[in-house]
Amino acid sequence: MVSRAERSIVGDWWWTIDRFLLASLLALMVAGLVLLMAGGPPVAERLGLSTFHFVHRQVMFLLPGIGIMLAVSFLSPRLVRRVALFIYLISLALIMLALHFGPEIKGAHRWINIGGVGIQPSEFVKPAFVILAAWAFSEGSRRSDMPGAGLALLLLPATIVPLVMQPDFGQTMLITITWAGLFFIAGLHWFWVVGLGGAGLIGIGAAYQFMPHVRGRIQRFMDKDSGDTFQVDTAMESFAHGGWFGTGPGEGTVKRILPDAHTDFIFSATAEEFGVIVCLLVLFIYALIVLRGLSLARRNEDTFCRLATAGLLLMFGLQASINMAVNTHLMPAKGMTLPFISYGGSSLLSLALAMGFLIALTRRRPRAELMDRYPAAPAAATAPQA
Amino acid sequence: MSADDSLPQDASPAPRRGVFGHVRDLFRLRVDKSTARVAVVALGFTALFGVIGGRLVMLAVSPEQTGLRKATSSAISAARPDIVDRNGETLATDVKSVSIFAEPRNIIDKDEAVELLTAVLPDLNARELRERLGTKRGFIWIKREVTPRQQAEVHRLGIPGVGFVPEHKRVYPNGNAAAHVLGFANVDNVGIAGMEKYIDSQGLQDLNGAGFTRASTDLKPVELSIDLRVQHAMRDELAKALEKYRAKATAGMVLDVNTGEVVALVSLPDFDPNNPVDALEKDRINRINVGVFEMGSTFKALTVAMALDSGKYNINSSFDARAKLRYGKFAIGDYHATNRILTVPEVFVHSSNIGTAKMALGLGVEAHKAFLRKLGQLERMQTELPESAAPILPQRWGELNTMTIAFGHGLAVAPLQSVAAVAALVNGGYMITPTFLKRTEAEARTKAVRVIKPETSEGMRYVMRLNAERGSANRAAIAGFFVGGKTGTAEKVINGRYSKTKNLTTFTAVYPMDNPRYLFLTIIDEPQATPETFGFTTSGWNAAPVAGNIIERVAPLLSVPPRFEAPERPFPLMTRLGAWGTR
Repeated sequence: MVSRAERSIVGDWWWTIDRFLLASLLALMVAGLVLLMAGGPPVAERLGLSTFHFVHRQVMFLLPGIGIMLAVSFLSPRLVRRVALFIYLISLALIMLALHFGPEIKGAHRWINIGGVGIQPSEFVKPAFVILAAWAFSEGSRRSDMPGAGLALLLLPATIVPLVMQPDFGQTMLITITWAGLFFIAGLHWFWVVGLGGAGLIGIGAAYQFMPHVRGRIQRFMDKDSGDTFQVDTAMESFAHGGWFGTGPGEGTVKRILPDAHTDFIFSATAEEFGVIVCLLVLFIYALIVLRGLSLARRNEDTFCRLATAGLLLMFGLQASINMAVNTHLMPAKGMTLPFISYGGSSLLSLALAMGFLIALTRRRPRAELMDRYPAAPAAATAPQA
Repeated sequence: MSADDSLPQDASPAPRRGVFGHVRDLFRLRVDKSTARVAVVALGFTALFGVIGGRLVMLAVSPEQTGLRKATSSAISAARPDIVDRNGETLATDVKSVSIFAEPRNIIDKDEAVELLTAVLPDLNARELRERLGTKRGFIWIKREVTPRQQAEVHRLGIPGVGFVPEHKRVYPNGNAAAHVLGFANVDNVGIAGMEKYIDSQGLQDLNGAGFTRASTDLKPVELSIDLRVQHAMRDELAKALEKYRAKATAGMVLDVNTGEVVALVSLPDFDPNNPVDALEKDRINRINVGVFEMGSTFKALTVAMALDSGKYNINSSFDARAKLRYGKFAIGDYHATNRILTVPEVFVHSSNIGTAKMALGLGVEAHKAFLRKLGQLERMQTELPESAAPILPQRWGELNTMTIAFGHGLAVAPLQSVAAVAALVNGGYMITPTFLKRTEAEARTKAVRVIKPETSEGMRYVMRLNAERGSANRAAIAGFFVGGKTGTAEKVINGRYSKTKNLTTFTAVYPMDNPRYLFLTIIDEPQATPETFGFTTSGWNAAPVAGNIIERVAPLLSVPPRFEAPERPFPLMTRLGAWGTR
C-alpha cells in the first residue's frame, strides 16, 4: 500500500490526486467494455469478424490507455503544457499528412497509418488544444506583455481549418464550442456573450432561411416522415424494445440492424439490452465526473489549472451529452462517440490523455508551490510558450 | 465568488472610468470572474444532464413508436392459445408464417418493384399495388401469410424497402369438424366467431395490447368439452342424413346431462374455419343456438313434467282424448288419434296434443309461463358461444297460446335451450346451463338450480323409456344402452301459416334411462319423404333413426358401458305407483 509515513513520487501522487475522479473514470472504462459486448458483436458479425473482435481490440487499446492516463497524471502543470504543445504540433502535422496521403474513408481523410496502426490525429489534437487555449487565456490575463486573448483567437482557426478540410464537422463543432466555453470562463464580457449568442441565433435562422442543405437537416429532424431517418428510428426502436430493464445481455434484436451499434449508437444498443436504468446509470457517471471536476476547478486557485480543467471537462461532457442527445433523438444525428464506451482506439487513447491531464491538473498542491511560480514568473516568461 | 473580491486591483484600473473605460472593459478578459463562470458552466451541465435523464425516463415510460414498429405493432397478428378437445386433441393452433410488407417511402424505383413483385406473386393486382406504393405511407402490406418459397423468392429480388414480418396464422387441423363451436379468427388473428371470439373476450386482446403474448406456447390451451371423435361421427351421420332425406339442413348435439358439457355440436351445412369465406351465408348459421324453432312434440316432455311436478296430477291421472279439443273457432286434434281416455304415460307415448293441452290448461296460463321461465325457455340462453338467439314469444299469451305451446307450437326457442330443459327433466331435476368448456360434475352442481322434484324426474325418465319401447322413438332404441326419447315434428311457419308439407323434425334421446348420462338431439330441417319412410316425413321416420345411428356409433366411445340385460327395477317409484305400462 501507499504509505503516508515516507514521501515518494507514487505516495505523493496517490495522496494528492482526486481518487474519486480516478475511480469514476475507471468505472466508466469497465462499463464501456461490458456495454461494448452488447453493441460490438452484431457489427462484428456484419463485417465478418469474430464475435468479440471489437471487445478484444478495445481491451488492447484500453491497457495502454490506462497507462497513458496514469503516466500523464504524474505531470506537473508546467510539464502538462509542454506535453500538450508537443502533441499539438505533432498532431497538426499528422493531420496535414493525412489530408494529403491518408486513405479516403467514408469521404474523409482522417486516418493515417503509422507502423501498421491506423491513427486519427484529429482525436489527439483536442486535449492538446484545450490545454494550450487555457494557457493562452490565463497567461494573457496574468501578464500584460502576453497577448493571451489574441493567441487564443489565433489558435482556433489554426486547429479547425485542417479539420474542416478533412472534413470533420463533428470535431470542428466540438472544438469550437469548447473554445467558446473557455473564452466565456476566462471572463469574456457579457456584452459579447449575449451579442455573439444572439448573432449565432440570427445566423442559424438565416442559414435555415437561405441554405437548403441546413433547412433539410433541420426539417428532417423535426419531421420524422421526411427522408431517411433509419438510424434514429432504429435507435428509438431499441429504446422501445428495451424498456426499463432491457431484454438481457445478448438478447437484443434491434441492435442487429442498428447502424454503428459499436460506436455512435452504442447508447441505444445499451438501452435495448440493459434497459433505461443502466442508461441512467451511465449518464449519472458522466454527470459525476463532470460536476465533480468542475467543482474541483472552481476551488483551484491557479488560473491556468482552473481554465484547463474546465475546458477538458467541457469537451468531455459535451461529447458525452451530444452523443446521448442524438441517441435519444433530442438532436439531429452527429458523428460523435460516447467517451470511453464507444469503440475506437484513437478516441480512447486521446480521452485517456485528456483525463490524464485532468487528474494531473486537479491534484492538490501546496500553496507554496503555486506561489513559487509568481516570483519566478519573469524567468518563466523567457521560456517561450510554456 | 470570493475570488471576485480578492483580486480587484489587478483587473480593473479604478481611477479612469469614462466612456473609454467602459469600452476598454469590453475588451478585457476578467479571469478573476472565472470561478463564478465555472459555476455557471456546472449549472449548464446539470441542466443538460437533467434533460437527457428526463428524456430517458420518458422513453422508458412511453416508448416513441416510430415508422415500422408503429405500423406493424397494430397490424401484426397476435398469438392465440391452442384450443383442444376434452381428450387433448388439437382443434385450433397457431402456425408461424411470414407476411410481406413495403415501406413506400424507401422504395426507390416503384415501377420496377411492382414488376418484380408481380412476377413472383402473380395473384397480386399490379395496378392496385402501384397505386398503394405511390402513397406517402410508411407501411403497407403486400401479401399476408406467404409460403416459405414465396418468401425466399421475394427476398432474392432484393428490393429495398420490402421486408418480412413473422406472423401467427390460425390453423384448424380438423377442418369443418367443429366449425360452429370453434368459429374462426381473421387474418389478424382476432377471434371473429365461436369460441375464438369467446377467448378474445376473456382478456386475450388486452394481454396482446400490453405485449405479453408473443407465442401461443406462452398461453395455456383452452380445453373444450367437445369430444372430437363424437363430433366426427355425428357430423358424418348428419351429412348422410342431409343427403338421404334431401333436407335443407341438419343439426345435432350431444350433451352430458350431469355436467352440462356439450360433447358434440354439429350444424350442417357448415364451413371450413381455415377458409371461412362462406361462413356468413344465411344457411350456414349454427342451428343449435342461433336458429329458433317451434320444437313440436319435444315440448310435450316439458308439459308432462309440469303436470307431474305441480302435484295436481300424478302418473296415473287420465285425460279425455275422445274428441277434438275446441277453443273458439280452433279445434285441436291428435296426429295418431286414439279417441279414448289416456293416462299420463299414454299421452306421452301417443304424443297426444289434446292430452298435453288439457294438462297445461288445467294448471293455467300463469303457472305454465312460470314453469317455462324456470326452465329457461322464455329468455335468451347465454353460453360461451357469442352467437345466440332470443326465443320468439307470442305477443299476447292467452289460453289458446298455452294450449298450443303445450304441444310445441307458438313458442320458438333455440334447440340448445330446449335440450338444456330436457336434460333438467331427466338428470334428477337440475337446470344446468350448457357449457362448451370442460368441467366436472361437481363444478356444474355449484351453479345448478333445482327446477323439478326428483320423483318428477323419475317419471319423465319412465315415460321417455316407455316411448322408446312402445312409441315413436323405437327406431332409436339401440340395444344395450337403455335409450329413451321423444320425437318432435313441427309444421314450419311459412309466410305466417303452418305449412302442411314442410316439417322440422327433431328427436331427443337420452341414455341410459335409469341413470341418464348423455342426451342426443337431432334436427332435420325440411326432410323429404323417401321410399324407406313410406312417404312419411315425421320425426320417427327420419330424426329418430338418425339419432339411433349416431348413438350406435358413438355410444361405445362414451363412458357408459353397454348392458346386455335390462336393468332390474329401473323405475322403483313408477312400479310402486303401478303406472301404466309397468304391469
